[in-house]
Amino acid sequence: MFKKTYLSAALTVLLSHSFAASAANDPDLQAIREQIQQLKQSYEQRITQLEQRLAQAEADSRVPVQAQPAAQAASESAFNPAILLVLGGTYGQLQQNPDVPATGFAMSAHPGHSQGFNLGESELSIAANIDPDYRGVATLALASTGGVSVENAFVQTSANGLKLKFGRYFSGLGYLNEQHAHIWDFVDQPLVYASLWNNQLGEDGVQIKWLAPTDTFIEVGAELGRGRGFPGTDRVKNGIGSGVLFAHIGDDLGVEHSWRAGVSLHQTRRVDAISTAIADLPGTLGGVSNSFSGDSRTAGMDFVWKYSPDGNSRNSYVKVQGEYFRRRESGLLTYDTAVASITDSYSVTQSGWYLQGVYQFMPHWRSGLRYDRLDPGIASVGALNAGNIISNYGFQPTRTSLMLDYSPSEFSRLRLQMARDHSRQGLPDHQFFVQYIMSLGAHGAHSY
Amino acid sequence: MNKFLFLTLLFFSTASHAALNVFACEPEWAALTRLLAGDKASLYTATSALQDPHRVEARPSLIARARRADLLICTGAGLETAWLPVIVRESGNAAIRPGSNGYFEAARYVQMLEIPTRLDRSDGDVHAAGNPHIQTDARNFLPVADALSQRLILLDPANTGYYRQQLATFNQQWRDAIAKWEKQAAPLKGISIVAQHRGFPYLNNWLGLKQVAELEARPGMEPSAAHLSRVLNELQQAKMVLRAAYQDERPSAWIAERARINAVVLPYTVGGTSQTIDLFGLFDDTIARLLTGIK
Repeated sequence: MFKKTYLSAALTVLLSHSFAASAANDPDLQAIREQIQQLKQSYEQRITQLEQRLAQAEADSRVPVQAQPAAQAASESAFNPAILLVLGGTYGQLQQNPDVPATGFAMSAHPGHSQGFNLGESELSIAANIDPDYRGVATLALASTGGVSVENAFVQTSANGLKLKFGRYFSGLGYLNEQHAHIWDFVDQPLVYASLWNNQLGEDGVQIKWLAPTDTFIEVGAELGRGRGFPGTDRVKNGIGSGVLFAHIGDDLGVEHSWRAGVSLHQTRRVDAISTAIADLPGTLGGVSNSFSGDSRTAGMDFVWKYSPDGNSRNSYVKVQGEYFRRRESGLLTYDTAVASITDSYSVTQSGWYLQGVYQFMPHWRSGLRYDRLDPGIASVGALNAGNIISNYGFQPTRTSLMLDYSPSEFSRLRLQMARDHSRQGLPDHQFFVQYIMSLGAHGAHSY
Repeated sequence: MNKFLFLTLLFFSTASHAALNVFACEPEWAALTRLLAGDKASLYTATSALQDPHRVEARPSLIARARRADLLICTGAGLETAWLPVIVRESGNAAIRPGSNGYFEAARYVQMLEIPTRLDRSDGDVHAAGNPHIQTDARNFLPVADALSQRLILLDPANTGYYRQQLATFNQQWRDAIAKWEKQAAPLKGISIVAQHRGFPYLNNWLGLKQVAELEARPGMEPSAAHLSRVLNELQQAKMVLRAAYQDERPSAWIAERARINAVVLPYTVGGTSQTIDLFGLFDDTIARLLTGIK
């Protein structure tokens, strides 16, 4: 712009100057004058052209930029389907065989952690909207032994606060049950989950949840399933193998605090549930196999409370959670299925709870403390088995775990965990774990 | 601070007898809706200016509020990926599902900047649709207001006349305000700045600020000490280091002290500082703070 103005000004001055100088009427001068005239015309033409081009360019840049719709909505369908691969592994340094269950909980033989190097919770998850109404999710767990198992495979739909889910899913009872292993705050599940739910209750069935139209979060849900997951015995028959009822309530307190509390009920009929030949007491080495058939009813309570300064959980937060479950089982127990095979009545009420806190003390770094306790209860054993079955262990399993983890980014986490495990009578264990959890692919959204 | 909390709480409170239930993901969209819909909308704001909108917990309260929402107004472009899908799904509210009329993403109506040419997480938490922090350029509110007003009319046709009138008023006032802000911000043109997070490209583009460095080595990842000292060498010519109100003040304080430049905290959205009670205040305060930074 300025250049152009200077140029014309300079030319004008130059030309007017030369005109003034040509007072004499000389043919040479006449020729020069014509040449200059031509030169002037040619410059003026070019200047006009330049002006037009400049005006055009300015007009172009002034045209409001047509808003281009961003390539994708922020739904997970941005990657259609959303594929998330979680790579996880642990190293466990244990002093006792992890296959020995907590004292009094012989029916559940899975502690949720392993010895030595092992491929922990590696899983592949695929999710996408199926059509405007349905969404599908499949999670395949890569077992450390080499197999692939279907952890979740469900379809969900919702309208008017009603949410329907069917297929294979983690039950909505409690707080931790629905959470996948890669978002656990510790390497392993609390003892009460390990002993009463075999770490996590997975079900094949139908779940319906209803969210109340209130400002406070109030949700009730029910599930009807096959009874696939422990304590169910996965029978192949018509009808319903297990039922779950749960309710959750939650809200915020100001901008810094939030909480959720819940109650749940679970019922299933167990048929020929076997406790395998595991020495669950010193002195019963080798053990025997027992079989139980009867009703199993469990009630639970859970709560979680979170705090972060200004509600900004990126920098630091505190999360405290606790759950309590109480299970009543009554039916018939067969002692020593292989040899003696003596059947009589059996009933017991067992319970357990944990309380844990996790503190993110600076971005990336978190520490956590968890205390576990189980009560194996005092069993009523029928007269025929009174001399065969231990009815009162007089021992309450406990464990204390300490955790420190570091997350270089949202997609990676490295963890150290130490535990003093007194869950098995006479077999105290000092445990040490190193764990990595890495997720690649779609940016997963986490539930509360 | 108390006054500020009070203002934040004001935003979380809702009017009772309104036609439209609006769930705004960020305070700037709540403020815009207030200007365009007045008392025709009952507003709920999911996050405050002191929260990182990338990392918000999918809290029960948010799910409960989304349950009855007629309209969800969010930035989009991946900003809320970590929590919004859970909220929408768990709310069981078909009216606000992505793709429905009740789902409004502001980023779809503005020209996106920093659209990555390659998508690789080794570059940090990159957003495929471009940088989502669009609210730092006042001009972006014009097309968004236009689209939002149309959406309000679509959902609540009975008040069409009112929404049109509010939009016209907003457009007039906003254009005047932009002219005023641009005039005020003239001294900022060409000024070199350092940004704590890659959160100011729209502001830089609008006011002609020149970003010479950023403290996060990769977007979404906290700056390391090694990276901070590398940046320190690069920024002798910078005038100030900018951060958003929700960000940790330590990295920019560290740089400011050593490079002898000003550390400027910008409200970033409505409610980020006590002066920013509405959209006009947001930019009044942003520019005032930037001007203090070059003194």
